[in-house]
Amino acid sequence: MTPNPYLWLVPLLPLAGAAINGFFGRRSSKKAITTVALVFCGAAFAMALFLAAGFSSASAPYYCDVAHWLRSGSFQVDFSFYLDQLSLVMLLVVTGVGFLIHIYSVGYMWDDDGYYRFMSYMNLFMFFMLTLVLAKNYLVMFIGWEGVGLSSYLLIGYWFTKDSAAAAGKKAFIVNRIGDFGFLIALFLMIKHFGSLDFTRVFAAVQQQPTETAGAGLLTAIGLLLMVGAAGKSAQIPLYVWLPDAMEGPTPVSALIHAATMVTAGVYMVARSSVIFDRAPMALMVVAIIGTLTALFAATIGIAQTDIKKVLAYSTISQLGYMFMACGVGAFSAGIFHLMTHAFFKGLLFLAAGSVIHGVGGEQDMRKMGGLRLYMPWTFLTMGIATLAIAGIPPFAGFWSKDEILWKAFGASWVYWLIGVVTAFITSFYMFRLMYMTFGGDYRGAVVQEAHGHDAHGHDDHGHGHGEPHESPWVMLGPLVILAVLSVVGGFVGYGNRFEHFLAPVFQGATEVAQETSREAGDSTLEHLLMGVSISVAGLGWLLAYLLYSRRPQLPARIAASLGGLYRAVANKYYIDELYAVLFVKPLVDGSTTILWHGVDQEVIDATVNNSADAARHVSDTVRHMQSGNLRSYAGWVAAGGAVVIAYMVWMGVR
Amino acid sequence: MGSVNMESLGPIILSLVTFIPAAGGLLILLIPRRDRDIKVFALVISVLAFVASLHLPVHLHRDPNPFKFEIDKIWITTPNIHYHMGIDGISVWLVVLTTFLTPLCVLISWTSIHERVKEFFILLLILETALIGVFTSLDLFLFYFFWEATLIPMALLIGMYGHGRRVYAAVKYFLFTIIGSMFMLAAILWLYAKTGSFDFVVIQNAIRSGSVPGFETASLWLFLGFFIAFAVKVPLFPLHTWLPDAHVEAPTAGSVLLAGVLLKMGTYGLLRFDVGLFPEQAHRNAPWIMVLALIGIIYGALVSLVQPNMKKLIAYSSVSHLGFVVLGIFSFTTAGLNGAVFVMLAHGVATGGLFMLAGILYERRHTYEIADFGGLATPMPKYATFFLVTVLASIGLPLLNGFIGEFLVLSGAFQARPIYGILAATGVIWSACYLLWMYQRIFFGKVTHEVNKALPDLNLREKAALWPIAVAALVMGVAPLVWLSAIDPAVQAALAPFTQLASKVVGQ
Repeated sequence: MTPNPYLWLVPLLPLAGAAINGFFGRRSSKKAITTVALVFCGAAFAMALFLAAGFSSASAPYYCDVAHWLRSGSFQVDFSFYLDQLSLVMLLVVTGVGFLIHIYSVGYMWDDDGYYRFMSYMNLFMFFMLTLVLAKNYLVMFIGWEGVGLSSYLLIGYWFTKDSAAAAGKKAFIVNRIGDFGFLIALFLMIKHFGSLDFTRVFAAVQQQPTETAGAGLLTAIGLLLMVGAAGKSAQIPLYVWLPDAMEGPTPVSALIHAATMVTAGVYMVARSSVIFDRAPMALMVVAIIGTLTALFAATIGIAQTDIKKVLAYSTISQLGYMFMACGVGAFSAGIFHLMTHAFFKGLLFLAAGSVIHGVGGEQDMRKMGGLRLYMPWTFLTMGIATLAIAGIPPFAGFWSKDEILWKAFGASWVYWLIGVVTAFITSFYMFRLMYMTFGGDYRGAVVQEAHGHDAHGHDDHGHGHGEPHESPWVMLGPLVILAVLSVVGGFVGYGNRFEHFLAPVFQGATEVAQETSREAGDSTLEHLLMGVSISVAGLGWLLAYLLYSRRPQLPARIAASLGGLYRAVANKYYIDELYAVLFVKPLVDGSTTILWHGVDQEVIDATVNNSADAARHVSDTVRHMQSGNLRSYAGWVAAGGAVVIAYMVWMGVR
Repeated sequence: MGSVNMESLGPIILSLVTFIPAAGGLLILLIPRRDRDIKVFALVISVLAFVASLHLPVHLHRDPNPFKFEIDKIWITTPNIHYHMGIDGISVWLVVLTTFLTPLCVLISWTSIHERVKEFFILLLILETALIGVFTSLDLFLFYFFWEATLIPMALLIGMYGHGRRVYAAVKYFLFTIIGSMFMLAAILWLYAKTGSFDFVVIQNAIRSGSVPGFETASLWLFLGFFIAFAVKVPLFPLHTWLPDAHVEAPTAGSVLLAGVLLKMGTYGLLRFDVGLFPEQAHRNAPWIMVLALIGIIYGALVSLVQPNMKKLIAYSSVSHLGFVVLGIFSFTTAGLNGAVFVMLAHGVATGGLFMLAGILYERRHTYEIADFGGLATPMPKYATFFLVTVLASIGLPLLNGFIGEFLVLSGAFQARPIYGILAATGVIWSACYLLWMYQRIFFGKVTHEVNKALPDLNLREKAALWPIAVAALVMGVAPLVWLSAIDPAVQAALAPFTQLASKVVGQ
């Protein structure tokens, strides 16, 4: 471990930006606000590059103890930061993609009245996210963990005058809190059994424990509880429901928080805890199963969505599922690899979608788009690259990381692999569907929009008039182009397992599982065969989307009609939100009102008190004047009581 | 302040801090009925008391005795009553909490009290002295005196300056608590009869050395006698129903001190007297008390969730939060007790703040009904920001004060009995539900009522009252060691009998 005195600066810089804009932004010019937000976020990125430049695997991990935070008896938690290979990757992704999205936001949010508020929240998010990835112990990580939840709440509900946005923000926070509940219990278990929350000390203690192959034990419990937390933050079954609603936030928020960074925090946390999961195979299996099911489940919903951001939201849930699948089979570095490439191409997809929405005056319904390739060529080009990347077409970034995951998954069980491949097919299909509906064919929107997109679907309305669709300004296109380049070349860092080797020191404890996996499946012919299969399904998905949405665009409606109930179920997201409302929300509210409040509180407790008071009043007719309701007389009675007491005591003393 | 000064202040500082407010209150009697002068004077006095009280934590560590700044003078010889005061790392912060909140109460009452202004501020300052006295007394008679002395000014504040059903609420509050106190008085008298002393330290030593005749058979009843008085005050389920009524009717300052400090008299009493004097009984009865605390946490939160009235909602949330305190105390773990004390302080700041905020809105609209608002973030952005910070502190967001205490309590409860810790931890979900839902209904969406469109945002005075709350919430969350480093040793001392108890059990 090498001390590094600069680590704390990385999160603190954006916090300073958030504070300055938060306090003075209202009275500042937009130029000043922009400068502050970009300088402090950029400085964090520069710091990250500086740290990366000085990073050597020989002296890693680096750490930085800033101050004691809390202490109780022998239990102590410090504000400490930690930089190893894993947090370095996260650090670069978060600051790099984050900085690009900050730049993009300048163009996207410029005309919004709350511009200063938006920029302040974005910087605040960077602070918490960087705290999360640089934490040296679970409690500082929890600061970031809850803090990104807060930023997410603020940014989803950024257009707070819209009821749906406010409700979505609240929903995100509460569902995340359910996950945090699991996370907290995991922390309590660590405190109880290891006496510390410091990564180094916890992992050292965990390494003393045997692998829990026989049955579930302490580590399995901790692992499962951590996974509850991860499922909340990273929108996995059954806690994914908040993420689609979170699309109420401005699109840069969706790109930064709900695609590239925050939602991957769960994956990061599981990978960070690899030492624990490694010794809890049952917990690991649950991670794999949840990830695999979520990947498939969310992808199927993505097929039938017509809101461009909702497609991307379900796609994000699905891709996060892949990452958990990877972690679940012990291939943590593959999961982090996909986390990184996903940050590039999904961040890009959202920003491009934002550019589209911006260009068509706030419209998000793909049925009212079409033909946009002619109006916004740069957006088309960059979004096309991102689509190729997520669909898994070589040599784009997503291909390498997804293939790595599928290969490792096959080593664990062919079932994971099969579901993964099916999901890859669906992914390719819904993404190219999105492309054809948005950019293909002819423009289907009204050229002169009467209300500047103030209709029910106009989420990101900017209030500026629209003739016909137009390309976005360069402040927005610049980040698109850079992310497009990264979506092309980002996969090459994994070439020859370099990425895996770089992260190897972090996952040392977990390498046993991973090595086993690669040994079992160490057949290069098989590897190439499987690669061929995954490329083929990606191609098939593309082909199907082409046939349905470009060649025969009238066909999808007919197919949907013939599927009837099944289609409606998918289009309505399997009615999961409605199910949760009936199962949890309604009983809770109704039960609390009728049984607890009106029932127990008023009719049992209060009625008992009042009745006995009444009864006492009837019985004690003679002392009725005591209960005059006149406080001064009560005060008198207290004084009289006091006199009696003193008299009693004097008598005691005399005796 | 130099050490010489410190020594000279040592024996009288506690009396000063305790009686500055009441003395100021009496001086107000002499001021002619000019409302503005009275308010300014009350503010000066309460700030003075706050400044004086800061001497206590700053110099606390210099005194090696278990009770610091101790003063022990014979007050009445027969019966044997001493003017015995002293504080430790727990009570010192409750004193400071009281002196911190009172000036804010004065500020927040500046324009909301129109009639009998003089009496209002006199009552407020007398109440402050009584509250401080509760936390500084080490003589049971003195303690009981201050304990009951809080009752009258508070009941009068509710009854004279409250809203619609104020008399009902005041009487209910008065009767609930005074009936509870009767049991404590009986227990105190029994102890006096057997030991010939009201002195907490003397009685504690007598009990520990086993020299109190008949204690074995009486200890359960003594424990319960104190317990009922404290449980009503906390309030512990099912003795809590006076609280929502009292809060809804009380004037803002009354609510702030009621939630902020008065409820802590109950939890402080549990910790100092019930646990301090009867550790074995406390240990034996902990299971059902923890169950009541758990019910309070969950039940309070769920009932809070469905309240249509802002103040009732906050009142029930107090039932939930105070449940955490009791749970922490009866976990008998270091983390649990540290957390319990910290929750007392954090709740005082955050919930005190929430009641101030509710009062600010009431002054503008004369209603606490949540349905009468909606969309207020548009006309009142600064107010909305302060409200959000306070809500987040109450929810227990890390880096704000609510988190530290809640986390420690839960971790302590989990160490003692995992299932209790797990059930109580659902509180982190509930608090987000009821507070964020309320926040959404008050602040988000479009302004639904025409009158709300033109509501003025915070003025300078209101900001002056709210800034200290926000800053305290943040500082306590970021640097809790300032508080915990004083609390921890006191907690360790309080726990000492329990480690012996535990080893005794193991020995058997």
